[in-house]
Amino acid sequence: MPDPTPLVEMRHISKHFGGLQALTDAQLELYPGEVLGVLGHNGAGKSTLIKILAGAETASEGVIFVEGHEVHINDPNDARVYGIETIYQELALCGNLNAPANLYMGRELHKWGFLRKNAMKAEATKALSRLNIRIQSLDVEVESMSGGQRQAVSISRAVHFDTKILIMDEPTAALGMEESKMVMELTVELKKQGIGIIWISHDIHEVFNFTDRITILHGGKNVVTAPTKEFTQDEIVSMIISGIPVERGTSAAGG
Amino acid sequence: MQIAGIKSQPLVWILLVAVLLAIVLSFLSPFFMTVGNMTNLSKQVSIVAILAAGQAVVIISGGIDLSVGSILALSAVVIGALIQVDVDPFFATLAGLATGTLAGFVNGFVITRGNIPPFIATLGMLGIARGLALVITKGVSYQVLVPFFLYIGNAKFLGLPIPLYFVVVTFLVVSVMLHMTVFGRHVYAIGGDERVARLEGIPVDRQKVKIYMLSGFLAALAAVVMTGRLAATPPSVAQGIELQAIAAVIIGGVSFVGGRGIVLTALIGALIMAMITNGLNILGISSFYQQVLIGFVIIVAVWLDNLKSRK
Ligand SMILES: Nc1ncnc2c1ncn2[C@@H]1O[C@H](COP(=O)(O)OP(=O)(O)OP(=O)(O)O)[C@@H](O)[C@H]1O
Ligand SMILES: [Mg+2]
Repeated sequence: MPDPTPLVEMRHISKHFGGLQALTDAQLELYPGEVLGVLGHNGAGKSTLIKILAGAETASEGVIFVEGHEVHINDPNDARVYGIETIYQELALCGNLNAPANLYMGRELHKWGFLRKNAMKAEATKALSRLNIRIQSLDVEVESMSGGQRQAVSISRAVHFDTKILIMDEPTAALGMEESKMVMELTVELKKQGIGIIWISHDIHEVFNFTDRITILHGGKNVVTAPTKEFTQDEIVSMIISGIPVERGTSAAGG
Repeated sequence: MQIAGIKSQPLVWILLVAVLLAIVLSFLSPFFMTVGNMTNLSKQVSIVAILAAGQAVVIISGGIDLSVGSILALSAVVIGALIQVDVDPFFATLAGLATGTLAGFVNGFVITRGNIPPFIATLGMLGIARGLALVITKGVSYQVLVPFFLYIGNAKFLGLPIPLYFVVVTFLVVSVMLHMTVFGRHVYAIGGDERVARLEGIPVDRQKVKIYMLSGFLAALAAVVMTGRLAATPPSVAQGIELQAIAAVIIGGVSFVGGRGIVLTALIGALIMAMITNGLNILGISSFYQQVLIGFVIIVAVWLDNLKSRK
């Protein structure tokens, strides 16, 4: 059973882009040490919801609580203050910079404005080896790395800074089987450390085996939020497509 | 493999070209390698080189600054006008530098707040600053015969002309800023992928304003040197010089796409251009050909760069 105070609570979140209503009264709760799957078809509003939590977008309406306190997240730095880190759907690295530069982007170690390159490189080496990631040279531009290596850099960046809440938006979509496995193993490690993880994915099999709870979005609204195992894979798929909660799911979620 | 290795590579290439050009020119004309001509060359190169340092930073950040020639003129005119009413040259210089920096700030402000592409914003400033320079002076050129500026324009220190020191200090400071500080790291990040930079919490807008302020400041610094050299501040000075500064940056191998390149190559790019002009002059070839040749060099430089990155 989940801990009673959620790490994150997003309530009554609405967001419109001009005339387009991307989210309507959406909710999300995340508890320590759990993996919450956020599901929905393309354009359902999954990325928009987590971008609001990550400070990459601001909600038109709604409130966010972190560990029970209301917070205002207006930019990515605000989110980081609360230990919220994000791995974005599109690999969010600067291809022209090397791994340490990407790892510390926006929070470079410095003295009087002068970069502490050696310290950052040493820390990056440690961070990557802690995650069991092998990268031949930290001096090469990340553009010349493989997709898996780049995702590894993203992940080590996301977990390097006292992370409490980790958002992963389709972290395995761009990866091969081996690399996907590696990412999921890493995530299990993080979960054990009590980090709450929001996991967006279109891979039903992966979601079914990997998440503790799911919330399904349809047209920017919550369809259902419940422990994953209360449904079969087929039921989940049907709810994603139809946007109508299956009977058993609704009663279980209500109880 | 090493970061230094990757970064110094373009520098090695462009240096080689510059040295080759110097050797060819010194064979073609015995006058090329004389002290007199070198002094001349360094004076010719100084203005464009200072502008190119700022332009390099702007281009690496993924922007462009077309207004530097006009900002130079406006700053020069402010200096000239103040000297005219007997303001201390030191304060006149400060006012000139402040003018350029302010114009750069306006560029950055318009680009970030107005969400107007750098090309357009600085094209607007190109007109505005030049126009203001003409308005202030009513089209007249002020004479600046105070010792301070005459010294900058004509004196030598340790055998080297003063403008050269301006160039060296500019490139030293800008190189250190770009390659060793958080400011510089953010320039590269924004040039590499602005969206990512924003997501990772880099204050992109504030950074851009700073970048255009730097470019404006350096334009004003070039104005100080220019005022010294001309002993006057004609409001029509330095027209079209922004294109030379951009050319120097491009010849130096800084990618127009942003995110790549180093500042020092812009200095060598400026040197190459000055050598071409200077070389043709002492060879007695019509200056009409110079523009043609420089045009070729720009295209060839980018073409070579493409070849290099393709393999
Ligand atoms: N910056 C934006 N400007 C305008 N519309 C946007 C913007 N971002 C998202 N949208 C729209 O909001 C809706 C929700 O998009 P969102 O990216 O959240 O979907 P998603 O559930 O993440 O989809 P996918 O599974 O394809 O990643 C879509 O209709 C999308 O077109
Ligand atoms: Mg998405």
